[in-house]
Amino acid sequence: MKKKYSIFNIVKNAFSNNENWKKMWRNPEPRKFYDIVIVGGGGHGLGTAYYLAKEHGLKNIAVVEKGWLGGGNTGRNTTIIRSNYLWDESAHLYEHSLKLWENLSTELNYNVMFSQRGVLNLAHNEHDIKEIKRRVSANKLNGIDSYWADTKQIKKLVPIMNTENCRYPVLGASYQPRAGTARHDAVAWGYAMRADELGVDIIQNCEVKKIRTKNGKVYGIETTKGIIRAKRVGVVASGHTTVLAETAGIKLPLQSKPLQALVSEPIKPVINTVVMSNAVHAYVSQSDKGELVIGAGTDGYNSFTQRGGYNTIEDTLRAIIELYPIFGKMKMLRQWGGIVDICPDASPIISKCEIEGLYFNCGWGTGGFKATPGSANLFAHTIAKDKPHSINAPFNLERFVSGRLVDEHGAAAVAH
Amino acid sequence: MLLINCPYCGERDQSEFTNGGEAHVARPKDPDQVNDREWSEYVFVRANPKGIYYERWVHTHGCKKWFNAIRDTSTDEILKIYKIGETPPLIKRFKNTLRSPSGEPDVGSGNFTVKKP
Ligand SMILES: Cc1cc2nc3c(=O)[nH]c(=O)nc-3n(C[C@H](O)[C@H](O)[C@H](O)COP(=O)(O)OP(=O)(O)OC[C@H]3O[C@@H](n4cnc5c(N)ncnc54)[C@H](O)[C@@H]3O)c2cc1C
Ligand SMILES: [Zn+2]
Repeated sequence: MKKKYSIFNIVKNAFSNNENWKKMWRNPEPRKFYDIVIVGGGGHGLGTAYYLAKEHGLKNIAVVEKGWLGGGNTGRNTTIIRSNYLWDESAHLYEHSLKLWENLSTELNYNVMFSQRGVLNLAHNEHDIKEIKRRVSANKLNGIDSYWADTKQIKKLVPIMNTENCRYPVLGASYQPRAGTARHDAVAWGYAMRADELGVDIIQNCEVKKIRTKNGKVYGIETTKGIIRAKRVGVVASGHTTVLAETAGIKLPLQSKPLQALVSEPIKPVINTVVMSNAVHAYVSQSDKGELVIGAGTDGYNSFTQRGGYNTIEDTLRAIIELYPIFGKMKMLRQWGGIVDICPDASPIISKCEIEGLYFNCGWGTGGFKATPGSANLFAHTIAKDKPHSINAPFNLERFVSGRLVDEHGAAAVAH
Repeated sequence: MLLINCPYCGERDQSEFTNGGEAHVARPKDPDQVNDREWSEYVFVRANPKGIYYERWVHTHGCKKWFNAIRDTSTDEILKIYKIGETPPLIKRFKNTLRSPSGEPDVGSGNFTVKKP
């Protein structure tokens, strides 16, 4: 791997006003034919291309993105990373990812600013307590660092939290110290740069309009830059997955909904961990710039507008102010929405389908950022070997027929 | 936030309503004859178009009645509202005049989809 970034390079480039840094990736025109085309240049898609080239030694790969890299949910999420999911299948999947996160900056020689500042998931009532304690125990059986924290411990971690004088008092929480946040753009850019270095063509501003099939086999894609033939096509298009799947005659059990986030004006450090609450639909962390990063639940209807309604923000901020009265007078600077693809069991799909050579990686919904390296790594395996890795085998499409769902509503429904 | 014209109460704020998902999903007539795959479709698969979408709403904090709407999911424009039991109106010619609120360009948005229901 070429080391583009080092202390020497920073010094060297400082002398030329930082104007001579090399471009991070090429900007090639698409070829007529690729062995593998990945549709969607988010973290999952770019990562998939990277692992295909790096771990499976494959060549002649392209990533086709309709907008700019990371402009989908990868660049719109609140970057919470954790692996404290309830069921074994999910715990293995998200823990696989968390382990890759722990080494990602080194692996890519690019700082993804992974910060293991811990995550608290709050309990506000008797039922929450039981559910969370059960999840903590399940996590422990899966070797995941997960603890029950009582109100006193929470107060110590987050002194500004109002645990008592509110409608939904804080009665305890699960705590995962290895959890945290990362810089979303950097993940997409890091994977893109290293994939490009390994020969992957990254094609931006190129929308895939149709997936072409012939006799039950994938044939290629129609794009705004013409037809590209391909032996294998992996679709990683989050909210737009169903739109693409439909062009190949495939129905997926996904619904696309807006999910919103907002950031405040920057302030001095007040909260150095991530705090989430499913019951009151609010979560918050503080970015390195000092902004509070706040997230909501999804808006209650299908939409592709990447916007969402103000009532959702209002609900979220109401809960935030109850929990942290100190934020009451702060100003919010920006708000945005992303379109998330929600699966009936709140678990993802990383799977082959009835069409040979066509693969889907979708259904990550409100919580797939944390899975970026793991999902990419396993999807690459699935495409390269034409069969799933044992970790992603349970996340197949057939589960909706067999009934073997991985129901993560408890751990994932609102929490990200 | 949407402004929704309840056929019984008139225009009200969206926060008074709850969305009920895709409209006109029929339960299989002869459940014994339906195989697992067909059941799976009925239980789990719902239309999710970027464009014309037939959906249900209920006026939760109002008259509590259900009704149907046709909405363009690429802009959130509500094109038609009709009562439960009425034949779903056909949107014949439809040219999307609104831009996607997020400012998505025409290329790279799929903001053209008009599909027969
Ligand atoms: C507000 C918000 C907060 C979130 N918070 C968290 C969180 O705290 N923690 C967490 O783990 N997850 C979170 N998520 C979820 C997370 O962002 C996603 O699950 C994850 O980023 C999905 O990555 P992806 O690469 O699969 O999709 P994306 O990054 O969305 O990439 C898909 C790409 O496909 C492209 N595309 C679509 N259609 C086409 C086409 N026809 N042709 C070519 N390209 C196409 C899109 O332009 C897009 O760039 C959040 C999401 C949102 C919206
Ligand atoms: Zn009404």
